Amino acid sequence: MMTLRGLREFCIEKAIFLCGVAAVVFVLLIFTFLMREGFSLFFKIPMTELLAGTHWYPISDPPRFGILPLILGSLVVTVGATVLAVPVGVASALYIAEVAPAGIRDVMKAGIEMLAAIPSVVIGFIGMVTLVPFVKRLFGLPTGLTALSGSIMLGFMAMPTIVSIAEDAIAAVPTEYKQGALALGATRWQMLYRVVLHAASPGILAAVMLGIGRVIGETMAVMMITGNAAVIPESFLAPVRTMTATIAAEMGETVKGSLHYQALFAIGIVLFSITFVVNLVADIFLHKIKR
Amino acid sequence: MPLTTALPDRCDHVMTRLEYSAKDQSSALKPPPDAAGVIETQGLNLYYGTFHALIGVTIKIQPRRITSIIGPSGCGKSTLLRTFNRMNDLIEGIQITGNVIVEGANIYAPGCSIEQLRKRVGMVFQRPNPFPLTVFENVAFGPRVHKMAGRGELMGIVEQSLRAVLLWDSLKDRLHRSALELSLEEKQRLCIARAIAAKPEILLMDEPCSALDPIATARVEELMTGLKSRFTIVIVTHNMQQAARISDDTGFMLLGELIEFGDTDQVFTAPRNEKTEQYITGRFG
Repeated sequence: MMTLRGLREFCIEKAIFLCGVAAVVFVLLIFTFLMREGFSLFFKIPMTELLAGTHWYPISDPPRFGILPLILGSLVVTVGATVLAVPVGVASALYIAEVAPAGIRDVMKAGIEMLAAIPSVVIGFIGMVTLVPFVKRLFGLPTGLTALSGSIMLGFMAMPTIVSIAEDAIAAVPTEYKQGALALGATRWQMLYRVVLHAASPGILAAVMLGIGRVIGETMAVMMITGNAAVIPESFLAPVRTMTATIAAEMGETVKGSLHYQALFAIGIVLFSITFVVNLVADIFLHKIKR
Repeated sequence: MPLTTALPDRCDHVMTRLEYSAKDQSSALKPPPDAAGVIETQGLNLYYGTFHALIGVTIKIQPRRITSIIGPSGCGKSTLLRTFNRMNDLIEGIQITGNVIVEGANIYAPGCSIEQLRKRVGMVFQRPNPFPLTVFENVAFGPRVHKMAGRGELMGIVEQSLRAVLLWDSLKDRLHRSALELSLEEKQRLCIARAIAAKPEILLMDEPCSALDPIATARVEELMTGLKSRFTIVIVTHNMQQAARISDDTGFMLLGELIEFGDTDQVFTAPRNEKTEQYITGRFG
């Protein structure tokens, strides 16, 4: 016979168990749904035409579902954002963790956290009214809605992730390493460059991967400032359309179950696979530090 | 960092107070022909904020000998050691008066290069702290930051340094493996090799065996004895037996003051100061 107290314990235990597995269940459900809706397209349209096709005309007759321009669009914006955000982010993490006096460090950490708190639509909006006209004038382009504009704004969005995780990794480097380097007559910069960055490198790589994950998955800001032209980008100064922006822009206009609808889900699967791999790599690096 | 040097009246005062130690040195040793490998302090005071951690320390450490600094925890022996290569500079709120003269130059004088000083005065820490790099990169660190060797010569320096600590034979096939895979004793030997590779004159050792087991301790002590023909070695230890076994000179510190300094045999068998006698006979510690 279960006592009242025993029953209460039992219920609480089961309740928190359900909450715990909910996250895993949701991921599985989302994955299944994504697969169910999108996978059948892989049978209707040859894989080569889908992944290597250069034309995305989903509502022409006949429709063409080549997502290569979209993959390249995402890639160009992500590479651009990474190239901008990684050096600045890692240098800033190094400054905060090793160089800044305590007062400045607190202010900077708070500032970085604030940057993470800005909604992406606000970033997109600010980029639209400030950066886009500037890029247009600077390069004399017909439009400032380019991959470069998107990269710059997304770089800002990746910065908080990169800075805070890299900063944690750098701050966790044992003092003994730093003392050992200084005691050998290394200058502060030699110490940071030759020992601290090396010791923190798994954490810094994880920070970079998570930053990339954030950029690839970002939708609203890129949709507002990259121009959304689904053509293979010729340079950073050309408009591009990313996978995320395509799904967001077109999903509302498709007929459920149509080829177009399935194609958008197929893009979702490709995107999911990419972010999954990126996060997995980040996780492996983070795991490496803990050991 | 606020820094004052050489207050002459204070130095004089300290000299009279610690006259016996100066006498000991002159009787035990002939003055060296040059200043290579000599460390000398004159009326050295060090404050951590308001805490007076070193009080009027005047000591002259002779070259090519092992000098041990003993004393109970918190007596300032590590602090003293860390003034010799200015590692104390890393601590905030530190203030130093008096002179520290390494190889004839006042190292706290303005314009003294800390990097050059630390190249000449190597240091081995309490816990072995090899960098998370390969064995080779660890040993090559000093030569690299001081641009002492071209690409071709680096291997030679690494080999010499590892031979000096008797690690070459066991590690020559593992030079490009991580130094973190080594045993504790090997790590400490590697740290000594790393210090030697920068070709210093002086080696400071801050309780270098306290993390090691007795057998490893004995072997590292043997190594130190072997190295003293090439380096001035100053070792801080709380292990009196170790000081008695390996050192030529011994200094005893208590509450920030250098109570007695002299030939190791004399300090351990016929201490001049009552407190030294009480400490080495184990009446406090």
